Amino acid sequence: MQWSSPSEFFAMGGHGLYVWGSYGVAALLMVVEPWLAARRRRRAVHDAASAEIWKEAES
Amino acid sequence: MRALFLAVLLRDLRLAARRRIDALLPLVFFVVAISLFPLGVGPEPQTLRHIAPGVVWVCALLATMLSVQHLYAGDQADGSLEQLLLAPQPAVTVAAAKCVAHWLVNGWPLIVAAPLVGVLFDLSGPALRSLVIGLLLGTPVLSLLGGLGAALTLGLRSGGMLLILIVLPLAMPALIFGAGAVSAVESGESAAGHYSLLGALLIATLLGAPLATAAALRISTE
Amino acid sequence: MTAGMRLFTFAAPSRFHALAGRFTPWFWLATFGFAVAGLYVGFIVAPVDATQGNAYRIIFLHVPAAWMSMLLYMVMAFWAAIGWAFRAKMASMLARAIAPTGAMFTVLALWSGALWGKPSWGAWWVWDARLTSELILLFLYLGYIALVEAIDDPRRADQAGALLALVGAINVPVIYFSVRWWNTLHQGATISMTAAPKMASTMLTAMLLMTLACWAYAFAVVFTRARAIIVEREQHTAWVSELALAAKGA
Repeated sequence: MQWSSPSEFFAMGGHGLYVWGSYGVAALLMVVEPWLAARRRRRAVHDAASAEIWKEAES
Repeated sequence: MRALFLAVLLRDLRLAARRRIDALLPLVFFVVAISLFPLGVGPEPQTLRHIAPGVVWVCALLATMLSVQHLYAGDQADGSLEQLLLAPQPAVTVAAAKCVAHWLVNGWPLIVAAPLVGVLFDLSGPALRSLVIGLLLGTPVLSLLGGLGAALTLGLRSGGMLLILIVLPLAMPALIFGAGAVSAVESGESAAGHYSLLGALLIATLLGAPLATAAALRISTE
Repeated sequence: MTAGMRLFTFAAPSRFHALAGRFTPWFWLATFGFAVAGLYVGFIVAPVDATQGNAYRIIFLHVPAAWMSMLLYMVMAFWAAIGWAFRAKMASMLARAIAPTGAMFTVLALWSGALWGKPSWGAWWVWDARLTSELILLFLYLGYIALVEAIDDPRRADQAGALLALVGAINVPVIYFSVRWWNTLHQGATISMTAAPKMASTMLTAMLLMTLACWAYAFAVVFTRARAIIVEREQHTAWVSELALAAKGA
């Protein structure tokens, strides 16, 4: 194990800002993107259901 | 096929001759936009000489994008585009003719104006020559690419900006080689490599763009 | 039923929707698995680099992201072309589902590239050939997305997008070459992102694992988005109506 302590791990030899800045943004994007896609799907299903209910009400 | 080509070409030229102001507006934009740079960057001659090739080429690119927007819009509005596409000849003929017309009307003023503007930037004689040669080879490429963009975005609300967004990345190689040629000459080297690349780019675009534009026209008018 | 015919049945949006739904959780599992493994090897096992210190660990993110951005563009162009050539709606929908994820990876590659560049070369952005090409690739993605979103008619949007994606795909080598040319002319010594530390085998392993993680992630997200697009486009069909009402608990 090359890291003797958690604080050393987070410091990344002075480059912590860059390393965690990269991985942090990556984690953020890779959480937001799937969430947005799933939300898009939920909305689509909701809209389809609403449209169907309207159609049945009108017929 | 040649008859259709000439017919479309001459028609466009005649239309442009009737609306000279419209045809000259992109040229005016070209000159005005170029003049902004010294105002923004400062009048130091060394700096201006350095940025001149890039500035001229970028403004030529933008002026072409602006002028190409209406390439097919007028024809679509009065129904003549539909008629042209109904012709038995392949749509490539129409696409090619429109691009040639555009280059003659909008590209040539830029080629002629460029050395005049280059003088404002204190470019040397050989550099000016290189600028003109580059634009001679490059403006057809821009017209061809612009024609493709115009066909793809035909009739869309956001047409103008969208056209610029999709065509600019494709036009970057021409920009790089064209401006690079002038920079090379300015620093005393030969621009032969740049010209060859521009020439190759022109040939490739001549072969590919009208075909793609024809396909785009069919897609946009179905 | 021959294997070929069975493959084509998934060209039906309804079947793809169901199939994608079944596979997506597994892709998420794979994503986490590969990511944990890759990060472990990359951060715990791989040693510090002599010249670049610990900042080099960004490559375990930057390189897979860049690869994915380029790969996804080609895949997107491929499916768009299939959709155009065979009038296969599902292929076109898949292409549209891929685009935002490809753009995301491009942004990630650019962002991580900048954050790697600062400690290594002293500047947030160096106009080296690969990063500049990556930037132009982002513009190509944005152009595609903007075009298909601007066209209301789905068929015209699919076809126009396919044409643009193909033109873009053909231009990618041209653009890359011209940017390389430009770069070598304007900078004597090329600062290159490819001047990565000499690869110890642990570093290669970590990069490979992270690439697999990004692959699995891409599948998971693209499938989710594709399912959304399918429901949006097929709203008028019976199977979507049934699905939607069932979801509403009606």
